[in-house]
Amino acid sequence: MMKIKKGIPLIDQHDKNFMYGGKFGGNYIPETLKKPIDDLTKLFSKLRKNKKFLKDRDYYFENYVGAPTPFIKLENLTHYLGGAQIYAKVVSEANGGAHKIYNATVHCLIAKKAGKKFIVGDTGAGYAGKMLSMAAKKFGLKCKIFMGAKDIKRQRPNVEAIKKNGAEIVPVKTGSQTLVDAVSECMRYWVSNCDTTHMCVGSTVGPNIFIKICAWSTAQISRELIVQVREEFGKIPNKLKLINCVGGGSSAAGFWNEFMDTSAEFIGVEAGGPKNSKLHAAPLTNGSKIGILHGAAQYVIQDKEGQIGSTESISAGLDYPGISPLHCFLKDAKRAKYTSASDEDALKAYKLVSKLENISPSLEPSHAFAEAIRIAPKLKSSEIIICNSCGDSHKDKDIIKEKLGSYVR
Amino acid sequence: MKSRIALAFDNCRKEKRTALITYTVAGDNTKNNSLKILNKISKHADILEVGFPHNTPIADGGQIQGSSHRALKNGVKLKDVFQIIKKFKKNNPTKPIILMGYYNLIYQNGEENFLKSCKSSGVDGLIVVDLSYPENKNFANKCKRKSISFIQLLSPTTSKDRMKKIIRDSHDMIYYISMLSTTGGKLKISPKKILKNYFMIKRINPKKNLVIGFGITDKTISSLKSANGLVVGSMLCKTITNSLKMGQNPVTKLDKVVYNLKKKIL
Repeated sequence: MMKIKKGIPLIDQHDKNFMYGGKFGGNYIPETLKKPIDDLTKLFSKLRKNKKFLKDRDYYFENYVGAPTPFIKLENLTHYLGGAQIYAKVVSEANGGAHKIYNATVHCLIAKKAGKKFIVGDTGAGYAGKMLSMAAKKFGLKCKIFMGAKDIKRQRPNVEAIKKNGAEIVPVKTGSQTLVDAVSECMRYWVSNCDTTHMCVGSTVGPNIFIKICAWSTAQISRELIVQVREEFGKIPNKLKLINCVGGGSSAAGFWNEFMDTSAEFIGVEAGGPKNSKLHAAPLTNGSKIGILHGAAQYVIQDKEGQIGSTESISAGLDYPGISPLHCFLKDAKRAKYTSASDEDALKAYKLVSKLENISPSLEPSHAFAEAIRIAPKLKSSEIIICNSCGDSHKDKDIIKEKLGSYVR
Repeated sequence: MKSRIALAFDNCRKEKRTALITYTVAGDNTKNNSLKILNKISKHADILEVGFPHNTPIADGGQIQGSSHRALKNGVKLKDVFQIIKKFKKNNPTKPIILMGYYNLIYQNGEENFLKSCKSSGVDGLIVVDLSYPENKNFANKCKRKSISFIQLLSPTTSKDRMKKIIRDSHDMIYYISMLSTTGGKLKISPKKILKNYFMIKRINPKKNLVIGFGITDKTISSLKSANGLVVGSMLCKTITNSLKMGQNPVTKLDKVVYNLKKKIL
């Protein structure tokens, strides 16, 4: 059976072929990308041991991202559901409104060290793109964002933000015109421009080094949280559930990282798509087979032949047929459990949380809240649930208005 | 015994010319037309590369994506790809066929199973775009045991040390990617520069058949004809796209285009 090793960062638990548990991840890449990826791998392994670099990272996390983000109790929701105590890590309070800022900031710092003047990235919900364009502006890099044409339409506020930051948006019109195609197109662009350009993959997906950089960056979330939890409870509570949505899996990886060797329970919530529809974006919940997508082996929605399947979710950020190899590893090692929430459940959760509490989660973390709302009433009041509210609903105002009639924060 | 791929290069060497290698996607625009195209262009081309379509290709440009999309939309499955090759080989048993595609399709089919189908349909070589060296060693050895050439790729980013290792482990043909680009990109460095790199690689082992691909069209092909072989792909996919747009027969169109390419390198 697969096992998580104690005392070793999750991102480093791969073999010499960069495979986790011998099955997930790796580098399935064209020859042209071998060297740029090799160079980046070497550079990152040096930088993460470099005190000056770590100091820079901490400086920008504190003064630019705004660390630590709040950890709050959702008193009204807890009272309303009448079971477990529900808390939220309000990562959406980070500069820009979501966890994507951590990865974007680190990638820009690395690009500077690599001497690159251009940076490119993919985006689904638009947060990865918005943050990368923000950070690129801050660090003086020229930025290009690849985004599916369907997502450009449904995530308008983030599209406007990207443009305002001076980045170029490249609409991707191939395939389903969503995140999966944006990632492909961004990689193709990098194949052609890897000599001058740094690539940022927006989640814990892609060739191994991108998984590593992203999870290493979002780990900031749990570095803050573990301190906040100890302050609140005096220790890490015995019965603690950490619930996070998973699309590519970057926020969940960061939310859980520091708790890996504790008894905390991890629950990942995938996008179940519209009720009564066969389309979903939940490869871990729905028993998808292992396949290769964007350079890595992972559970992925695909047909018998190996053509990547189309997905549907109300949340553009979760609308992705694959899932991070890290989460495949956590699942098979039985360290984390995965379930899914439907579009309708997520909307309902959004509505309830926004009504009762002073936070307004985007449709992605609303999937996590849906699971919290589902299980909390069945749990004792001595049990603790923490949801990662990793994005703000502002970007979803058009969708929410359409589905619920009005958008009230 | 020499492979058909090696024999094709021997033949070109005898005729003191470069080998013309075409790339088309199996099933583009239909299964029938795709077979007809192979039959026609094999009269001018020395080796035929045939793509098995994938819907998430990370190294292909717009033209080949378009061809793959057309084929998949027409319901082309892997078994159809092998069927097309089998039928082609019935009439052209000595013409080498190289299959090209992405690893996930091989992975889902099972490596052994896939190679068995290659063997029984008459495939001579394989290019797997996203299975690079050294991760491909195992699979390349499996190919060798079945007398199928696994074709290694080299690119302008490949270091000399790495090239030496890849060339040492290579089979009957090596593919040099002319520039940093997806397939079908405009040639962004001069043919002179490409040939300089080419002959630098050639010196590592002059006996190996080394071909150049990416960015080669009727405009650029003659300036590169001192290579052992030249691959033209996106231009052919584009020809199919255009002929469909204009209501012309893609088979006769492609026949003409490949004939003209051949004339340019004689």
